[in-house]
Amino acid sequence: MEEFENYFRMYIDAKLINEGFVRSMVAAFCVQLNPSVSEISDIKTAVSEAITNCIVHGYGGAKGEIEVFVGLKDGVVFIKISDSGVGIEDIDKARQPFYTTKAKEERSGMGFTLMESFMDTLKVYNRETGGVTVEMSKEIRV
Amino acid sequence: MEIKYQVNDNSLLACLDGELDECTAEYVRLSLDTLLKDLACVKSARLILDFSRVSFMDSTGIGVLLGRYNKFKKNDISMFIKNPQNHVDRILKMTGIYEIMPKIS
Repeated sequence: MEEFENYFRMYIDAKLINEGFVRSMVAAFCVQLNPSVSEISDIKTAVSEAITNCIVHGYGGAKGEIEVFVGLKDGVVFIKISDSGVGIEDIDKARQPFYTTKAKEERSGMGFTLMESFMDTLKVYNRETGGVTVEMSKEIRV
Repeated sequence: MEIKYQVNDNSLLACLDGELDECTAEYVRLSLDTLLKDLACVKSARLILDFSRVSFMDSTGIGVLLGRYNKFKKNDISMFIKNPQNHVDRILKMTGIYEIMPKIS
């Protein structure tokens, strides 16, 4: 990981109770770049959306593990969140606002839209080994 | 997440305190749905959700609000959102929630 000035990686149980912990950890790590309150909130929301997707859609509430990587370089935060769940059948469709496969569960279908709005870049792909990876980045404007 | 209530004529003020995400969504859903029975018999009832103490919300919160709106609307109960914090306000604006639940201060 020489390309990053600083980074951390963690593996965590795909449990709802861990959602708040992960977004707080990522936010705390990013503090070294002196982000504004608004930038921290953006990152926390994007991370929360990605983790929810892993737990609710990737694993469907079943047991699983989530990998979280955060790297810092030149004032930019790179975040990579992966699961080993069922994957996404149609990623383009899933990224459309208000699209959800779980409408009966009162899902808004706005998860990817919020990630896209609050981060500078967003990449979503199915992993060859199964599951989904979300990569996103945001420049912290000092 | 904790919810406290205050009744005022035909209005019920529900003060949400905490983070509204996937982990707390079910509690918020159930708590607000229990109000439906009490409010359904009040003419032109209003449910005001005080968001001033909601420190975090993601798209799961939007789903919770949309679900409550559909249920309460059927019983002629109008919903309002009061004093959201900046970041929550941005999400509510972006997702068009204020078109169905106006913001009040």
